[in-house]
Amino acid sequence: MSTTAVSKGAGSKFTPHEIMGLSGNEAAAEALKQVNPDVAAVFPITPQTELMHKFAEYVANGAVDTELINVESEHSAMSATVGASAAGARAVTATSANGLALMWEIVAIASSLRLPIVMPVVNRAISGPLNIHCDHSDTMGCRDLGWIQLYSEDSQEAYDNMIQAFRIAEDKSVMLPVMVTFDGFIISHTMERVEIIADDGVVRKFVGEYKPENYLLNAQHPVTYGPLDLPDWLFEHKRQEVQGFLNAPEVIKKVGREYGQITGRSYDLLENYRMDDAELAVVALGSTAGTAKAAIDELRDEGVKAGLVKIRCFRPFPGKELCATLGRCKAVSVMDRSFSFGLEGGPVFNEIRGAAYGAGLKVPMVSHIYGIGGRDINVTQIRGIFEGLKKLASGGRIETVENYVGLRE
Amino acid sequence: MAEVKKVKGWRDVAIGGLVEPGTSEQYNTGSWRTYRPVWHADRCIHCLQCWAFCPDSSIVVKDEKFSGFDYYHCKGCGLCAKMCPVKGEKAITMILETEAAKAEKK
Amino acid sequence: MALNLKKLSHKPEMLAPGHRACSGCTAPFMIRLALKMVEDDEKLVTSIATGCMEVVTTIYPFSAWKCSNIHCAFENSAATLSGAEAAYRVLAKRGKVKEKFKFLAMGGDGGTYDIGFQSLSGAMERGHEMLYICYDNEGYMNTGIQRSSATPKGAETNTSFAGTAKPGKEQHRKDLTACLVAHDIPYVAQASVHNIRDLGDKIYKGLHCGGPAFINVLAPCHRGWRIGVDQGVEYARLAVEANFWPLFEVEKGLYKINYKPKTQLPITDWLKGQGRFKHLFNDKNKHIIDELQAEADKKWKQLLRREAESLEDAKAAAPAQA
Repeated sequence: MSTTAVSKGAGSKFTPHEIMGLSGNEAAAEALKQVNPDVAAVFPITPQTELMHKFAEYVANGAVDTELINVESEHSAMSATVGASAAGARAVTATSANGLALMWEIVAIASSLRLPIVMPVVNRAISGPLNIHCDHSDTMGCRDLGWIQLYSEDSQEAYDNMIQAFRIAEDKSVMLPVMVTFDGFIISHTMERVEIIADDGVVRKFVGEYKPENYLLNAQHPVTYGPLDLPDWLFEHKRQEVQGFLNAPEVIKKVGREYGQITGRSYDLLENYRMDDAELAVVALGSTAGTAKAAIDELRDEGVKAGLVKIRCFRPFPGKELCATLGRCKAVSVMDRSFSFGLEGGPVFNEIRGAAYGAGLKVPMVSHIYGIGGRDINVTQIRGIFEGLKKLASGGRIETVENYVGLRE
Repeated sequence: MAEVKKVKGWRDVAIGGLVEPGTSEQYNTGSWRTYRPVWHADRCIHCLQCWAFCPDSSIVVKDEKFSGFDYYHCKGCGLCAKMCPVKGEKAITMILETEAAKAEKK
Repeated sequence: MALNLKKLSHKPEMLAPGHRACSGCTAPFMIRLALKMVEDDEKLVTSIATGCMEVVTTIYPFSAWKCSNIHCAFENSAATLSGAEAAYRVLAKRGKVKEKFKFLAMGGDGGTYDIGFQSLSGAMERGHEMLYICYDNEGYMNTGIQRSSATPKGAETNTSFAGTAKPGKEQHRKDLTACLVAHDIPYVAQASVHNIRDLGDKIYKGLHCGGPAFINVLAPCHRGWRIGVDQGVEYARLAVEANFWPLFEVEKGLYKINYKPKTQLPITDWLKGQGRFKHLFNDKNKHIIDELQAEADKKWKQLLRREAESLEDAKAAAPAQA
């Protein structure tokens, strides 16, 4: 990590920032340092490990006074985070792939108890066979466990999303845990230029003080968390959870705008890249969005009306917003970095196609599955996807819905 | 203690299924009883063994002395009678609820 | 603190009635007692593993807990409470929580010996200031009486039937208390629901030992043991009198046996009358009774040796007399 520049902020309407060379893990750890949460419960797993190394260093050096719990498994990491959050603390943990799988049970419990936990998840393939590299099978697998999911394109976004996540999770109309994801190794271990808010105080003010309403350590008003919820009540509690998701988009947008007012970097549910007049579009999440932008720039130079819709917020799913943009296109590919076994097309594809049906979209849509287990994806391959879209746009038939990019036949 | 209301729609239930403390008191477990504990004042030594071993907090103690049963919650398990250390006839005996009901009618 | 029931009766009842434990269950009065083992200026946060005591005390929208309680899942009562305890330390440090809190985790033998063993071990190793109480009824009773690693050899359960090919459970029970002693935590004890005074003292000690503590409490389930509704306490006593379940404590590594039967009862005095052991009383299965007797005798001798060693150690550690 090295500081290369410090902006003075004078004359700028934005808060002063430092420019640093940070990996995604370091950027997320930096955000956590600035927030200084009450409790962090962690267990190492590649590629998340370095994030918590960094944070443990901050704890050891007194840069934060967070209680760090070095648990004996991810299951206990999430359990302790649930206990801490229910007790009234701002609590965080972090994980990847198999660690996320091990804590699965408690991931669902955390959201059902409406605990505003924040958890960076460094995307990695779920075993097996064992693979430590990036795909989205981990977070896609738990898309229905009641967590808000924000995907990050690079280290900067990992940092920015981490800070915003606390505000989103803790909003009284939301009260849901938030996963901030970024691609294992591709983002987590790649040093990039990251703008860090120079003053921790600005971050803490933006995030605000956490004021729990019902918590175990309330001596005046004890509470029972996690009852036996039989058939006469569980449905109502789940419907209430749905309301948190219905309220979340406005909160995510508002927080994204306010963050932009401070830093100059605003956030929405989606990012539309050269979509205004796009005829051919790909949809992607995570680091691949950056690769796609490079491919699109080339194609645009060649006169192809190509564009990208990057999904930042996958849960709640921005179906309406996606359809509003994609509806203007002539052909669409949805890029999935994971399978949905037994279903034609990847998970993101199927969600978009479902939303498109509801919106009455007629645009031809195909699924491209790529990058499994850390398989590289490059500009040439994404250009290849656009080649296919060209044919579809000019009346070609969809031969296969589920297509693979980078697979050896 | 907060009163638990009978039926609530999803908008009104507590977030995350949180429950107010001690509300189980409103639930009648006394209806489970087959046997009813009966106290014999003359034999009681107020040792409070019955109180200590009651699983249902249904022995009422006042000023360090036995003062009655909470029949709204007592399940009639008979541990109080069993744990009564009085020799011979115990200070608490169990009688069938049906018998107790008959006696009450008389 | 010597437990005095009359004094104790002035303490507020922290487990409300109206919970739905089986009539005659021995666990609720143990919990009632445990929740009173704090000083007047101390509050409690409790956690409980999925299991009998959890489901009967928290059927929505009712809760029997008058102190704060959290149920997260089956295997993580200890890990969950370790998070709450860590939250307390940091929130107290940051001036957000002013009151004194104590932390009590609970689980049955399923949630403690078996599925929650790792979570318990981790929390104890990390040194959280909390007491974990296992209410050991020797089986997965909540799910309908299946064998656990706490089930004694020979016992019939719904996953270890006594049939023509098998004589009930085939293994001796796990010595979980010994496992916890091996964690070198400040306080470990074994107790029984029949001896309230001993139990109360141990819970008080466990909550106030300044570090992690563990108490394994024998809490018979009359359904699983197939005894009378009002016989749970009596059968706990018999287990202790037969040296099957000795009452002892290990403070900072030193053993102390809290109760030594004047005359040890034969194991059969405990076994007979329990429906789950009924099939042992015939010629074919008699050897299992012998094995249970031998196991109890072996463990008791071990315990006596450890107590004697502890006395020696304590003497050696004491400052020399001038």
